[in-house]
Amino acid sequence: MSDVKAKTAVRLGLSHLFIIALGLAMLYPIVWMVVSSFKPNNMIFSDTGLIPKALTLENYITGWKGYAGTSFGRFFLNSLAMCAVAIAGNLISCSMAAYAFARLKFAGRSLWFAVMMATLMLPGHVTLVPRYILFNRFGWVGSYLPIVAPKFLATDAFFVFLLVQFIRSLPKDLDEAAIIDGCSQVGVFLRIIVPLAQPAMVTTALFTFLWTWDDFFNHLLYLTRPETFTVSRALRTFVGDAGAVSNWGGALAMSTLSVVPCFILFFALQKYFVQGIATTGIKG
Amino acid sequence: MLRSRAHPSSETPAKTPAKPSAERPLSTRKVPDVVRFLRRNAVAYMFLTPWLLGFLVLTLYPMAYSLWLGFTDYDFTKPDSTHWIGFGNYVRMFGQAFGLSAFTAPSGQVVRVDPYYLKSLSVTFNYVLASVPLKLVFALAVAMLMNQKLRGVSVYRAVYYIPTLLGGSVAIAVLWRKLFEKNGLINGILAALGFANLPGWITDPRYALATLVLLTVWQFGSSMIIFLAGLKQIPQEYYEAASVDGANKLQQFAFITIPSLTPVILFNLVMQMISAFQTFTQAYIIGGGTGGVLNSTLFYSLYLYIQGWTYHEMGYASAMAWVLLLIIGALTALIFRTSDAWVSYGSGE
Repeated sequence: MSDVKAKTAVRLGLSHLFIIALGLAMLYPIVWMVVSSFKPNNMIFSDTGLIPKALTLENYITGWKGYAGTSFGRFFLNSLAMCAVAIAGNLISCSMAAYAFARLKFAGRSLWFAVMMATLMLPGHVTLVPRYILFNRFGWVGSYLPIVAPKFLATDAFFVFLLVQFIRSLPKDLDEAAIIDGCSQVGVFLRIIVPLAQPAMVTTALFTFLWTWDDFFNHLLYLTRPETFTVSRALRTFVGDAGAVSNWGGALAMSTLSVVPCFILFFALQKYFVQGIATTGIKG
Repeated sequence: MLRSRAHPSSETPAKTPAKPSAERPLSTRKVPDVVRFLRRNAVAYMFLTPWLLGFLVLTLYPMAYSLWLGFTDYDFTKPDSTHWIGFGNYVRMFGQAFGLSAFTAPSGQVVRVDPYYLKSLSVTFNYVLASVPLKLVFALAVAMLMNQKLRGVSVYRAVYYIPTLLGGSVAIAVLWRKLFEKNGLINGILAALGFANLPGWITDPRYALATLVLLTVWQFGSSMIIFLAGLKQIPQEYYEAASVDGANKLQQFAFITIPSLTPVILFNLVMQMISAFQTFTQAYIIGGGTGGVLNSTLFYSLYLYIQGWTYHEMGYASAMAWVLLLIIGALTALIFRTSDAWVSYGSGE
């Protein structure tokens, strides 16, 4: 018996070792990016090791200055503001739609629900050009509106679906009791569903933040002036087309800074993360 | 709320607010059908309005519009001189395959066949065919590794998710380009290990796509988490029964694990395929806004962007988008069709 135990212990120990080794190999590029951002510019590529021979904050100072007279401070503020508005939009519009689908009975419900599920899989490209033409006609190109306004119209069907699933799992007794007590359906939504759906709302807010923060395509299409650039859009110009930029230290430093918010949120809100992925299989 | 919205002057007694229940004897009242319909559905549609508006204005109308645009030569810089060119854009895309070099569109213009479209299609297919299966296999292998009774597994899971968390960002694409350059970190490590005459992985058309596949496979975290959830659903008794019957680990894997996981595999396969076809950011950053050397990384989305926004050929870009939709739709349908043969929704849950 002890022989079996010893065998199991060895096997588990080996698993631990293997997982740790593989994990380190996978994280190596990211760790290297962080470490290199503190190395003097001329040593970044000559030194492949993780322990820098000299440490400096110079990359952060030069990188932060940004370009075209706009500092990364501005880019970060732009990104944060855009994310905040996008989160508000998604929370309001997606939870409203989800409440209707999950709890209310109405003509056409199954049809609209099927339509919503179909849009879940729809590649965005087919709507890309007309949306651009439409937003251009509105005079919105160059502003944040083409990126944040659709969030108020629940265009991210993933979150509607996530919230529908969650609301369906809530016990119905509370709504029914509230209705009997004279609460309206709006009241049920605001006083019962929204508070109880907190976990799914956090997941929605979290993924909205990450996707808006990391999004590049829409920022490339719609943001035209450097002072409106978000971090992801600014990083791209900072590096340049052919990567000919001489300040690679600055680029790595700003790249490192750009992933810090995602890191913090990921580790602070881990359980919501797993929940979000497990219930909807969110892309990535 | 319901009453006031639906019909302010309604004669309905105030005692029955907000519940459009069926038991009310509506048929005996002199209330028009429309009002009755509204009263029953108004609250729900009020909640649905943002989504419905979004669907109609930002999805349905644009789809119809882009379908139409695909049959025109719409140019963003001169929208007033748009002509109907029938299937001209589609001939332009696929003409090369039939040995065409130019043709006359219904508008009378001579249109040159696109010499890059098929290349872009084949790059994208190669990328999808390589990256999706590799990613799923890797994700499943790691998920099985983590499905043991290990202490601290949630920490490992978090760490393994980090590449997925950050992988889609511009920062990581920038980093990737630097890593795989001729003088980059990867070659530095390989040189230290004694390799010589190393290529510039990004600038060599033979390897450029492979570096992008690697970047995609590296982001296996979401699939891993879904596989892990699937593995936890498989009853432990199956394995116990099998090992009593003398099945070895490999047989258990082939006859218990894989069949039980087929619904999850199907799901991951479809989702990853759809998103792989749409990859843009990494290709754009690594190729420096172009399709890379010899268009070796001219991804479909990237080429669509170049046509639509660099050349302003938005009619052509719309037609390209519709072909992509049809390809993804057909492949999804194909996978689901064949799924009857390989997906088992048995008593695994």
